[in-house]
Amino acid sequence: MTELTFLPDRTALEAVGLRARYRRREALRECTFRVPAGRVCALVGPNGAGKSTLLAVAAGLRRPSGGRLRVLGGTPGDPAVRPRVAYLAQDKPLYPHFTVAETLSMGRALNPGRWDQAVAERLVREGNLSLNARVGSLSGGQRTCVALAFAFGKRPELLLLDEPMSDLDPLMRHGMMAALMAEAAENATTVVIASHILSELEGTCDYLLLIADGRVRLAGEVEDLISAHRLVMGRYEDVGTPREFAAHTIVEARTTGRQLTALIRPEGPISGTWEITEPSLEELLLGHLRAPGAPALIAPSAEPRMPASRWAA
Amino acid sequence: MCVVEFRIDRRSGVATYLQIVHQVEQALRLGLLAPGDKLPTAKEVVAATAINPNTVLKAYRELDRAGLVEARPGLGTFVRKSLARAGAAADSPLRAELADWMARARAAGLDREDVAALVASVLREGFGDHVPAGHHASEGTA
Repeated sequence: MTELTFLPDRTALEAVGLRARYRRREALRECTFRVPAGRVCALVGPNGAGKSTLLAVAAGLRRPSGGRLRVLGGTPGDPAVRPRVAYLAQDKPLYPHFTVAETLSMGRALNPGRWDQAVAERLVREGNLSLNARVGSLSGGQRTCVALAFAFGKRPELLLLDEPMSDLDPLMRHGMMAALMAEAAENATTVVIASHILSELEGTCDYLLLIADGRVRLAGEVEDLISAHRLVMGRYEDVGTPREFAAHTIVEARTTGRQLTALIRPEGPISGTWEITEPSLEELLLGHLRAPGAPALIAPSAEPRMPASRWAA
Repeated sequence: MCVVEFRIDRRSGVATYLQIVHQVEQALRLGLLAPGDKLPTAKEVVAATAINPNTVLKAYRELDRAGLVEARPGLGTFVRKSLARAGAAADSPLRAELADWMARARAAGLDREDVAALVASVLREGFGDHVPAGHHASEGTA
C-alpha cells in the first residue's frame, strides 16, 4: 500500500450550524466543520465541551435541535448509514452475563454480512483475554478491550470512540492503539477519537477537532493547524502585549517575570528579537483551552462542502 | 521479512515522519538496508509503533523523492540506493580508530557530555554549521 489512507474528496462527517440541547443547556452551539474520510481525527475539549453529544448525534442516538449533520453522506442513524458506523460509548455498555465469545456471537448476529470474527478475536487475544471469560468478571480495561473488539468486528467505515483508552494500562493502550492504526491503514477507516489525554493523540491523529463550550475552536489537519501557529518567547517588561504583535492574531500571551510567552497566528513575518518555534500539538491545544475567547480557526479542508440548500435539517 | 524496526520518540520534538526518514537513511548508511530490500509496509509499522499510517506513507514518499527508495504498486516500497560508504561500515578502519580515540577520551576522564561536545565542535570545524532538518521553524512564516 503506497497511497495515503485519506480520501480528501470524500467526507465522513459534515456539520453546518449543528445545535444540540439538554433541557435548558446548549451542548452544541452552531457547530460547523467537516472531517474528510480516511482520517484519524482527535475530538478534543474540556469536560462538558460537547464531545460526547457530538458523537451521540453522529451515531444517530440523539437528535440535533438545529442545523445539520451528515454522516458518510447520509443522515445519522439512517438504515443506509447505521451499518457502516460503529460507536463506542464512554461507559462501554456490554451484557455482563455474556462470555466474551457470546458477546462476539452477538456482534455477528447483529451485523449480518459485515462481521469479521478474525479481527474481533485478534483484539481479544491482544488483550490476553479468554473467550470463555464472563464479561461481568472482567476489569474495566479488559471490558474496554472486548468493547473495542466488538466495534472493530463490525468493520465500520466510520469508527466513533468516546474516551476509549482511559482505563487501559500502558501496554494494552499501546496494543489497542496499534490495532486501531493497523485497521485504519488496511481499510482506510475513518476514526474519530474523543479524548482528553493529549499525549495519546500526538502521533496517532492526523486530524483535529477542538471544541469548547459547544463551539468548534480548531478544525483541520494537525500539521496545518500547527504550522499556522508560532510559540513566541522573549524578554518583555512593558504592560499589555508587544506592539509588534498587532498585525497577528494572539491566541494567548502570558508574562512570567520578564519573560513573555505567546501563542500567535502570524499574518506575516514576526518582527522583534523573539525566540520563535512551532508549538507541539499539546502546546497548541493547551493554549487554546486556556484562551476561550481566541478566534476559531477552521482550515480549508475542514470547511463543509454540502450545498447551502441542504443546510436546513 | 522486515529488515528494519523504527523507534519513535514522541518527546523528541522532531516530526514523526522525519524520524522515520532519518532512521532509514541511517540504516542505509550503516548497510543495515541494501538495494533491493523491502521496507516494512505501513500496516506493519503502525502495528508495531501505534503511529498514524499517513505518517509512515509521508516518510516513504519523502524517501522516494530523494531517490533512495521506490514504490512498486502492489508489491511494496524497495530500497534503490545505498548510502553506505566503505569508510563508514561497522568494520571499517576509520570506525576502529574512532573507537580507539573514544577509549582514550574515557581514560583521560571525559564523560559522555564532554565527548559529545568535543565531537560536535570538531564536526562543526570539518563540515561547517549544519542544523539537521527538524520540526522547529526559525522564522515567522511557514
